[in-house]
Amino acid sequence: MARLLSIFALLVFVLHVTSESTGEVVEQLEGEEFTEELLFRPLPDRKVLSYFHFESKVPRTNSYGHHHRLFPKAIYQLVHKYRITEMELSFTQGRWNYESWGGFDPVASSNAKPPGVELWAVFDVPQDQVDASWKNLTHTLSGLFCASINFLESSTMYSAPDWSFRSLSGNLRYGSLPREAVCTENLTPWLKLLPCRDKAGLSSLMNRPSIYRGFYHSQRLHLTSGEFDLVASGHGITLEQTLTIVLQPDALETNAAFSSSRKLQPSWSMNSLFGRTVEGKCALAKSSNVYVQLEGSLVYNMKDTWNDIEGYEGEEVPYEGFGSNPNFGFSVSPDRMMKEVNSFHKEGSSILYGFSIKDYHSSKPFDLGFRWKLPVTWSCVKAPLRASRFLMGSGNEKGAIALSLQSTEWSESLPKAHNDEEKCRLRVDVFQVVPWYIKVYYHTARLFVDGVPQSLGDVIEKMHVSPSEDKVSPGVMETILRLPCDMKSASLTLEFDKGFLHIDEYPPDANQGFDIPSAIISFPDFQTCLEYTQDNTSIKSPMVSKMQEKRKILSYTEVLLVPLTTPDFSMPYNVITITCTVFALYFGSLLNALRRRAGEEERFLKSKDKNTSKLRLLLSKLSAKLRGRAWEPPTSTPPSSSSSPKLISSKVIIKIVLIAAIGFGWQYYYG
Amino acid sequence: MVSTAEIDGQKPKHRPIIRIGIFIIAHSFLVSVVCCTAGVLALLLLPVLAKKTYVSENALMPGSATPMLSDQDVSGATRFMNELTSPKLKSWNMGIELPRLIALHMSNLGGEVNYHKFQTQPNNFHPLYFFTSPDAEANLVNKTCQSYATNTIGIIRAPRGDGKEAIVLVTPYNPVNLTQSEVLSLGIAYSVFSLLTQVSWLAKDIIWLAADSQYGQYNSVAAWLRDYHTPSFGGHGKLHADNCRGASGMHGSKLDMFVETEVSDTFRRAGTMAAAFVIKVANTGEEGEQDSLKIYAEASNGQMPNLDLINVVSYLAVHGQGLRVKVEKLVSLLDSKWLNFIGEMLESVGKIARSLNPQWKFGIPVQEYVEGSATLVSSLYNQAIGVPTGSHGAFRDYQVDAITLEISPKLSSSNKARQTEFLFRGGRLIEGVVRSVNNLLEKFHQSFFLYLLTSSNKFISVGVYMIAFLLLVAPLPVVAASLFSNATSTNPNSQKHTSSSSEPFQSWRWLYPTKTIFLVHLWGAIVSLLPYFIYQIPECQPTSRLLIWASLSIFILAVLRSFFGSSTHLQEWVLLKSVTVSSLFIGLCLMSVINFATAEIGALILVPMCLMIKPWKIAGKAHSAFNLLLLTVGFPGAAFFVVKGAFGVQNGSGLVEFWYWVESLWAWNSATYIYICMVHLPCWVLCICILLHCC
Repeated sequence: MARLLSIFALLVFVLHVTSESTGEVVEQLEGEEFTEELLFRPLPDRKVLSYFHFESKVPRTNSYGHHHRLFPKAIYQLVHKYRITEMELSFTQGRWNYESWGGFDPVASSNAKPPGVELWAVFDVPQDQVDASWKNLTHTLSGLFCASINFLESSTMYSAPDWSFRSLSGNLRYGSLPREAVCTENLTPWLKLLPCRDKAGLSSLMNRPSIYRGFYHSQRLHLTSGEFDLVASGHGITLEQTLTIVLQPDALETNAAFSSSRKLQPSWSMNSLFGRTVEGKCALAKSSNVYVQLEGSLVYNMKDTWNDIEGYEGEEVPYEGFGSNPNFGFSVSPDRMMKEVNSFHKEGSSILYGFSIKDYHSSKPFDLGFRWKLPVTWSCVKAPLRASRFLMGSGNEKGAIALSLQSTEWSESLPKAHNDEEKCRLRVDVFQVVPWYIKVYYHTARLFVDGVPQSLGDVIEKMHVSPSEDKVSPGVMETILRLPCDMKSASLTLEFDKGFLHIDEYPPDANQGFDIPSAIISFPDFQTCLEYTQDNTSIKSPMVSKMQEKRKILSYTEVLLVPLTTPDFSMPYNVITITCTVFALYFGSLLNALRRRAGEEERFLKSKDKNTSKLRLLLSKLSAKLRGRAWEPPTSTPPSSSSSPKLISSKVIIKIVLIAAIGFGWQYYYG
Repeated sequence: MVSTAEIDGQKPKHRPIIRIGIFIIAHSFLVSVVCCTAGVLALLLLPVLAKKTYVSENALMPGSATPMLSDQDVSGATRFMNELTSPKLKSWNMGIELPRLIALHMSNLGGEVNYHKFQTQPNNFHPLYFFTSPDAEANLVNKTCQSYATNTIGIIRAPRGDGKEAIVLVTPYNPVNLTQSEVLSLGIAYSVFSLLTQVSWLAKDIIWLAADSQYGQYNSVAAWLRDYHTPSFGGHGKLHADNCRGASGMHGSKLDMFVETEVSDTFRRAGTMAAAFVIKVANTGEEGEQDSLKIYAEASNGQMPNLDLINVVSYLAVHGQGLRVKVEKLVSLLDSKWLNFIGEMLESVGKIARSLNPQWKFGIPVQEYVEGSATLVSSLYNQAIGVPTGSHGAFRDYQVDAITLEISPKLSSSNKARQTEFLFRGGRLIEGVVRSVNNLLEKFHQSFFLYLLTSSNKFISVGVYMIAFLLLVAPLPVVAASLFSNATSTNPNSQKHTSSSSEPFQSWRWLYPTKTIFLVHLWGAIVSLLPYFIYQIPECQPTSRLLIWASLSIFILAVLRSFFGSSTHLQEWVLLKSVTVSSLFIGLCLMSVINFATAEIGALILVPMCLMIKPWKIAGKAHSAFNLLLLTVGFPGAAFFVVKGAFGVQNGSGLVEFWYWVESLWAWNSATYIYICMVHLPCWVLCICILLHCC
């Protein structure tokens, strides 16, 4: 016991020391590191984007060993067990509004995800084991994140894109579950992977009611591992966890002064957005920063009042100067300011303000406030084309999927960029997975550019289709379109037939309809990349360096809902009832025929005929009438062989009528 | 009797079921009388058998949340309405400025807005497109820019929804001549829209369609739905619309500067539609102590929305907002003597039943019975003619459940407080309904689709109302069989001295009358197609069109008779009647699947006529007179006037009105038109043939 106690004391001491000298200790670990960052960006439609970015790194096992201080063990084991080289899992609620929140910048392009769950992974295993690894991975993740990711196990739910999703993808598997509801039960395990969970640091801002109240909520986990590279190039496993939330700051001004206050964007602070403040950094984090990003067009629109600031920048003025901008103000003066270099857009270059929360603690919490002073309007940089997808047709038999691409002002300004001897063509990659019960006829593909039908050969550069196989695999379409740059709109339609499912293949809520997961539209001609002037403090921010990576622009289309024919699910009950009735009738009559002994019955009737009553007479009359025979009084004639069934049949009929009447009465008054 | 004896002779013993069949056929007269009376009685009993409605789908949970519509929304709506009616706007070109103003307000509230320009489609008779929806690109007629109208669509995206489903609110208005009631309905929709942009519980997107109804309420909604579901990518129509827009000078508008977000012409969509509500405000305030709500539900060919939709609306209206809910009824029936008499009879029967056993709750009060039957008759009539009762009908063509809510204020007062209260009522009702439908993450499937309403909270399901029809139709095969057996048993004697060569074809003699009947039905099909050719004649009055139609039909009938009819063995009227009756049976049964109400009314008219008919030479005087009466009533045109007269529907000038009625039937692709031409009319002609038959 005493020993235990002493160990405990030692542990407490060590921890204490660690927390005392956090920065140095973490750096001494060389390699295993964790950073936390938070980015705010005001959006044109009076909302605020907050983007949490956590990154954990661990060096390669052969140089570092199996034991980790920061890196989550679950992920490490996952990577090793299934030999994952890259994986991304996202849980999303709500839709990314490509029109007003932009689709071009790195944050939007990599964090705008389809609703529900999306998972893709690249495995470093031989081709024939990829599917098995995928299945095991889905089950593991399902347990890890409390979600029904295991539904992706079935071969009807995932696909293996060849080239449209990522360029080098032999061992890639992709699947998505549009109907998966996302809630705190998925967030908690995600937070568990962070060294401080949500107890300290930036993640303590994640007040559940406020982050789920937003207009968009996407939690993402992206990991890359160089563990299995034979070339010992360096990095081990990098785990990138991001949470993207779009929140509407509570407007302090009421709508009473409608016209004037509308123009002024709502001011916000961390406390008003999340209901919480940051009480210091996570002790285990190497760096802990908050950024506010102003977009290029916003900066441009504020230009006229901006010139003097630009003047400052050249002269390396102290950063305190930014706090007092005529357009807006921070409650805390930023520690540094970064400006975008070699901007891709003509108008304005975006600006990033950095705040370090190293020096804040519980008695001096960090609460960043942002206040607008002048009204300003701007618009985000949109993706080159606005993609939307919808269903056509009605009825339960067939329909069509239409994919429409509308030009945005961004693509309109583009032909000048490379307008050479041949006509400028915009490359658009389309990757679409359709479940098997939507039987898409790919030969019916029709393409219209500006309302003019085009021959497919002119527009489609490359197309790879794997048609669906019933109950085995979904239909996958990968296409490279080359659209003229000066087009206004293009649309691609594909006809389909709706399939029939077996009764036990219907999901529990079959009457809602069936989902077609989002298609992915990517524009490989464009690379999103924001390069900022790195200030001389040389604090390397993983988030900023992520932004500087060149990546192609992705956008997801809507999830579609196809109403299929659904049976009346009480049908089996009816069928059972009818079948049972038929069987009862059959066996009843069979037994009756087997049991009957004709001779004995005749003798019995002969003896019974002696005492005929009036009723009997009447009945026999009726039965004779029924058979259309002249009535013979039963007493007088010698009973023929057929007379005995006669009497029985009349009795039976009366009984049946009586029972039916009773049944009817019962049914009507008590049923 | 002889026939059965014969059969008996060959086969001494039959299975009991065959014996019962033979027994029934032998007593066909009794059976048909009993069945027909029972059928009519069952029809009269329907109001008594009606059940109370109940919300079948639990997920709807109507009224479980307190209404959130606030003063702010309503005052916004009032401001909006004031702007709509401001004299400043009147001076401008209303047709162009109103959609713009509405779009401005929609986008100010935070909705995504777009315009939808459409061209009205002429109601042409396309015989080949009868049951299919016309192709979107088929009838693009080059018209002047005058015929373009502009719908304004605002969409609220559910903040956390996945955008797979949508609820549609429709407010038809006429931008050229805006009435006060249209302004009120727009105001109600505005208040709801303003609330729904702020709430966090939305799971489905909300579409507000301000439908430009200057070329008809139905047309605007139908055009929008057509473009929503089957857009045409081929550009002719669009290009033309573009030219027109330039000409009308919308870009130079004064309101342009106010619209902050871009209002585009790109068609915006919001997933699969779950339900749609057409919001209207009645023109004239009715005298009464309460505001009232009238529900219209009938879509084309007697299709009804799911009963749950009506239930939710009427539940919320009655229990939530204290509105009086009404369903359309035939007012003229309310004080008809015979209906009152039947009601009294039923009430007394019910009283007797209750005195025997207090648990037998059978009778209903006279007043309730009469109102129930008036509603039932109107419900039957609306379903039977197969013409939708409002613009909600357009949704049903795309399998979307939709109803029209017509709210009528108790008095058309321009009182400010009264108007605010009315906006609150209407807005909260719509809010409750939207919230209820929003709760349901399925399409409506739980409750009935086949029903008749006897009041807003009582319905008759298909299982009950089928009985009346089955009883009416049941004698037909029986009579056909008995006539056939009579003919085969009696005729050999007469045939013996005509020819012995036709002896082997004895049992096939029914083929000759069948040929006649086939020809008559062929004639019916030709008659149904004739209007298409009549429409090719330009500049023609309705009356002359009708006369051309009638004379052409008669001419064709005569031609057919002279060419083919001479060879038929028309002397065998019994066989002819037998086959007529069986063809009528098949026709009615087929029609009952397509549109039950038509089949029901058709059976009421045709069944007695076909069963009673006899050549006048054979029948007695009274009998033939009765037959003649039935025949006059049975003629489609006469039936139309009789029904109109009986129920006191407004009568225009006879023939013209009839022509318009028929025109409306084919314009709406009503299956009733086909029924009349291919079942009713041939049957009537055959009955005439039988009546005039010389034995």
